[in-house]
Amino acid sequence: MSANNLHELSLAQALAGLQRGDFSSRELTDACLARIDGLETRVHAFITLTPDLARQQADQADAVRARAKKTGEALPPLLGLPVAVKDVLCTRGVRTTCGSRILENFVPPFNATAVQRALDAGMVLLGKTNNDEFAMGSSTENSAYGPTRNPWDLARVPGGSSGGSAAAVAARMTPAAFGSDTGGSVRQPASYCGISGIKPTYGRVSRYGLVAYGSSLDSVGLFARSAEDLSLVFSQIAGYDERDATTLDLPVPSYDLPQAPDLNGVRIGVPKEYFIAGMQAEVEACVRQAIEQLQALGAQVREISLPHTEYALPVYYLIAPAEASANLARYDGIRYGLSEESETMLELYRRTRGAGFGSEVKRRIMLGTYALSAGYYDAYYGQAQKVRTLIKRDFEQAFEQVDAIACPVAPSTAFKLGEHADDPLAMYLEDVFTLPINLGGVPGLAFPAGFDRQGLPVGMQLLGGHFNEAVLFRIAHAYQMVTDWHTRAPAL
Amino acid sequence: MSLTLEEVEHIASLARLELTAEEKERYRQQLSAILDYARRLQEVDTTGIPPTSSVLPARSRLREDRVEPSLTPAELLRNAPHAEKDQFRVPPVIE
Repeated sequence: MSANNLHELSLAQALAGLQRGDFSSRELTDACLARIDGLETRVHAFITLTPDLARQQADQADAVRARAKKTGEALPPLLGLPVAVKDVLCTRGVRTTCGSRILENFVPPFNATAVQRALDAGMVLLGKTNNDEFAMGSSTENSAYGPTRNPWDLARVPGGSSGGSAAAVAARMTPAAFGSDTGGSVRQPASYCGISGIKPTYGRVSRYGLVAYGSSLDSVGLFARSAEDLSLVFSQIAGYDERDATTLDLPVPSYDLPQAPDLNGVRIGVPKEYFIAGMQAEVEACVRQAIEQLQALGAQVREISLPHTEYALPVYYLIAPAEASANLARYDGIRYGLSEESETMLELYRRTRGAGFGSEVKRRIMLGTYALSAGYYDAYYGQAQKVRTLIKRDFEQAFEQVDAIACPVAPSTAFKLGEHADDPLAMYLEDVFTLPINLGGVPGLAFPAGFDRQGLPVGMQLLGGHFNEAVLFRIAHAYQMVTDWHTRAPAL
Repeated sequence: MSLTLEEVEHIASLARLELTAEEKERYRQQLSAILDYARRLQEVDTTGIPPTSSVLPARSRLREDRVEPSLTPAELLRNAPHAEKDQFRVPPVIE
């Protein structure tokens, strides 16, 4: 492979090449930066690029590798591999906007734990990727810095809210990227962009330094081109963090993957509620065919029921905005971010927030404030939290019978920019298959399972029981050993 | 259901959001539609079902309470729109 197309390598291939000494981290990083340079005006995956920092980290990685040749010291496991980070994760000294005007000039004094662990493992930061403002959205159109475009069709959205990260990985700008997933914000863009993405179990990956949206739902996730690539980064970022009291102090297992695509003994459930009237026929066909392939690899497949699925959407769109309305109270024009000139405190709050937040963020703050307000709390928020318990129990009961659940990620492939612009409810419906997973706190892994007639990627997701990410990597990896959807790249 | 303009203004005031007249009317319509949709939750029988307090299957371990180095005042004030003598500066609160 010549030095100017190193960006085409998957993470595992790039790691092997670095280890063999075929090329340097600097060459790999330069190839990614050149790829970004060539495509960014069309794709707009990034809000902030950090080329100088990336080259400095890459040179340092090369120096460490050269020194280890003499000393024999152990190397950080991901030494010299580039990564992009969604702009809702704090990066020390690198502007972190959350896609919002209100944080346009915010420079965090610390790194998010997940980012710090990736850097400790030797990764090289390429930049901060675009997203819907404060991760609220399903298309990346809600960014104050302009929309990201889908590398498979530039007239379409990449999904959201982590659309910049998904587009960057799909466009071969970076072998891996961080996202966050509160209601599908990793899995849905992974599906729309034809790549792999994981939303971990709630409590598996630290959220310290992830700017809060819906705290009972938020998770830090990853994008890459395969389940194997995901597993390599995931094993470095998972685990207890004393700075995040919601992480559990459980051992992180080895995510080493088997050599053969053998799913004997693996029980997979297919929930009937995830195949609904109105979904794109090609999506259903691709997912059903992929499930047959899993069966051919030895998996035992059976239909299951998650009976409260239809209530996940209204539950989510009460709980998430309620939590957001509390979390976003911190943007007050005093400690950081935008501050509108005002004579009084009240005016300062109202003007700063009115000018700094975009329309979807205001809409969710309003909705959440209403759901929590006196007289409406029990009917909306209280009832939603009870129905959430039923949704969570659906998953607990399902995972007594099966090891994993296989289903579509979204009812259709990527939609066009502006298609849902004036209809928030239609946009929310894009999340109908991804929200229940966050409400149950279980892990999900999305990966490509085919293409529709227009050449747009179709994704599917595997769900597991709490803290059982390993089974998701195993099944998706087996599938990717016998299929090549995940190796296809958009023509750009 | 349909929210009134007064209700929208009350929510905006609770949320400390300055909204334009156009925004108030748009949110009045959109929030009414979303809340209508959410009303389907009323059809679920939740008798005896506790609200979700946590999705975690176990309790987390709390860290030891010990003194550690933390960020300096200068680092913490670097992002402040207005700071003075190691403090955040705000408009007058008391007359």
